[in-house]
Amino acid sequence: MVKQLTSGERQFAAVILVVLAVLGIAMAAAGRADPLGVHGLIVLLYSGALLYVVLSSFYEREPDLSLRTRYYDDPIKVGIALTMAWAVFGMFIGVWVAAQLAWPNLAFDAAWSSFGRLRPAHTTGVIFGFGGNALIATSFHVVQRTSRARLAGQISPWFVLFGFNLFCILAVTGYFMGLTQSKEYAEPEWYADLWLVVVWVVYFILYIRTLARRREPHIYVANWYYLAFILVVAMLHIVNNIAVPVSLGHAKSYTVWAGVQDAMVQWWYGHNAVAFFLTAGFLAMLYYYLPIRAGRPIFSYRLSILSFWGITFFYMWAGSHHLHYTALPHWVQNLGMTFSIMLLVPSWASAGNALLTLNGAWHKVRDDATLRFIMVAVIFYGLSTFEGSFMAIRPVNSLSHYTDWTVGHVHAGALGWVAMITFGSLYTLVPTLWKRERMYSAMLVEVHFWLALAGTLIYVFAMWNSGIIQGLMWRTYTQEDTLAYSFLDSLVAMYPYYIARAFGGLLFLLGAIVASYNIWMTVRYSPEALTDRAPAGPDQGPLPENVTAPAE
Amino acid sequence: MEIEEIDPVTGRKTTGHEWNGIKELDTPVPRGVLMFLVATHLFALLWWILLPTWPLGSTYTKGLLDIDQRKTVEEKMVAATAARSDWMTAIETKSFDEISADEQLMKTVRETGHQLFGDNCAACHGSDGKGRSNYPDLTDQDWLWGGGPEKIAETLTVGINSRHSESRIAQMPSFGRDEMLDRTQVRQVATYVHSLTNPETSTPDNVELVKAGQEVFLTTCAACHGEDAKGNQEVGAPNLTDNYWVYGGDLQTIIASIHGGRQGHMPTWDERLSKADIKILALYVDSLGRENP
Repeated sequence: MVKQLTSGERQFAAVILVVLAVLGIAMAAAGRADPLGVHGLIVLLYSGALLYVVLSSFYEREPDLSLRTRYYDDPIKVGIALTMAWAVFGMFIGVWVAAQLAWPNLAFDAAWSSFGRLRPAHTTGVIFGFGGNALIATSFHVVQRTSRARLAGQISPWFVLFGFNLFCILAVTGYFMGLTQSKEYAEPEWYADLWLVVVWVVYFILYIRTLARRREPHIYVANWYYLAFILVVAMLHIVNNIAVPVSLGHAKSYTVWAGVQDAMVQWWYGHNAVAFFLTAGFLAMLYYYLPIRAGRPIFSYRLSILSFWGITFFYMWAGSHHLHYTALPHWVQNLGMTFSIMLLVPSWASAGNALLTLNGAWHKVRDDATLRFIMVAVIFYGLSTFEGSFMAIRPVNSLSHYTDWTVGHVHAGALGWVAMITFGSLYTLVPTLWKRERMYSAMLVEVHFWLALAGTLIYVFAMWNSGIIQGLMWRTYTQEDTLAYSFLDSLVAMYPYYIARAFGGLLFLLGAIVASYNIWMTVRYSPEALTDRAPAGPDQGPLPENVTAPAE
Repeated sequence: MEIEEIDPVTGRKTTGHEWNGIKELDTPVPRGVLMFLVATHLFALLWWILLPTWPLGSTYTKGLLDIDQRKTVEEKMVAATAARSDWMTAIETKSFDEISADEQLMKTVRETGHQLFGDNCAACHGSDGKGRSNYPDLTDQDWLWGGGPEKIAETLTVGINSRHSESRIAQMPSFGRDEMLDRTQVRQVATYVHSLTNPETSTPDNVELVKAGQEVFLTTCAACHGEDAKGNQEVGAPNLTDNYWVYGGDLQTIIASIHGGRQGHMPTWDERLSKADIKILALYVDSLGRENP
């Protein structure tokens, strides 16, 4: 890590970390007993630990600058390790919190482990910790390979990676202390949000500058999606998190939005977080790792264009379908609903484009669990985008809203699509990055695949059943036109499904643990002796020289 | 290096670009996709014409069907109220005895009462009404403020130690903490009360203790609980001779009750539930005890 940096860069890194440490001390001093003070100490420890790493290699020999013609892969490697760490953490919390729904005593009567605090720790852990790190790591890989250019910065990739993880740590530790803005998927408080803005702007600049350095005439599809992800997430994050802190010494803040406008801003954010964080970013992964793994050309460039612009345009309008039958005016609901239906075509066009790309490589899908991860991810992508558009139809939503069906839908997307495409991509990326012929154990990839698929199916079917039963029980009337069931009756009916859901989640978690072990062993140990294997191949050596200047 | 090639599997031309080995085919957008695109847009267009959708400055397009969710809800509420009016009026106007005698009405009471009880009462008293520690069992036929639909309806309406102006007030003073009784007396009277339901604990060894406890009881507790300790429903003082306990009947808990006092809380439902709902619940709760003797 540090050995790759020149002494000037080492100094710069140390300065950034000292500034961050001072910021931490200031937060600790201003916050004192407030949770802000605890977060100040966490910032101080975090920057101190990184500073120790920098200083311990501070006077090492300077790197050979001629190696800077090669791809910059160190931040990607660390990013993959962080991805897997967050996966295991986030999914463990998920299984725990799912078990609490069946057995509430598993909160052990402590405040920090209550359902309301663990639940955002789970969502942040898996979406931002696992998903976010996977997106950052793969985007650093894809943008370099498809641009034939080295990342445009020595420090900034590290700043983005470690800065983002600091945000995730502040978020999760904040929930345990009871901090929240009470906005779903935007729970972290104002100072964490401000920090993420800084990190994200650096990410955007880094990405744009790397693209500007490209030695390919055209920008590959995957980069369109990564760029849409970075740009739109910045916009969403800033608008939804505008808030006024109680004081500079307190963690608590109040949002500037009020009433139904607040709800609308929140779900414009929430829905487009699904669109641009959990969809666009992972479609970028799909567009790179699928053709690489399958060894097939993308089925249709024109379909890629249609789906990209369709998704970016239509998603923006669809957020109000989260607020059907609420105080939100009827016309806003209808607008969101119709755009959700039109959104289905570009979504399915992406899924179709990916599946048709597999034509000529289906025998590989049969034999290669990694490619099967990607294929199944595409199927779940198609399934959950259909389900999303379907649930956005108002009369359907009147049954599904507030029920476990929504939870099932989210997890069909999160487990089936997001996590599966990530695992497929990582199993493709890890051997390339560490110059191994293949993963440590193909058998364990196979085991992981079946654990993940079984876990997802059990989870999703349990929630479909439970959600539809709930929805029907809440709208069943007696002959006398009164409700037939109390809310409590529906909870009792959920019990077996909650157990099944926790079990499905447990299988998925076990899969992630198997994956972590497999990746660790691939990195540590390769079946063949590595001594004579030069880092050859177009992917690893110096950047190819036969350069075409960018067309645009 | 824009070299267009033919992909051998599909027979399609590539776009001529390559990124780290990735190529793209120049396949046209399939007709099915375009038709699907048109179909969803037509559906949206139809929806826009028929229903409120697009903002127009300070107003919005109303749609040909003239549907609005607020109006729809109001109409549904009116219709539902009308559909319920027959039996609802009967419950509102008839006396408890008349309702109890009407088999058809009682069937309605049991069905509706189940949902009302589940959504309003079960959080404390349990979905079966059997209560739990600190929350009274409603099925045991042992009543603090009196059983029967009238008394129960009154308790539901005004609550116990609630913010209702006519709330029932029940105060078990903290005799120990407020030093009305010393530690020995608390132990004496607790032993006596415990022995009422557990006669076997009254042995020659502690007969002195029980006797002393009884004297304390007569001077301090009998005013509310009665000389025979059978309680007084006028002031919500529980019968101490049966084996039904709200807070627990073991010696330790009895000592805790006498030392620290008890101020149970039952909310008033006057503002939250309608008169008819309260009547239904009163009859339902009353029937719980009868069905589970």
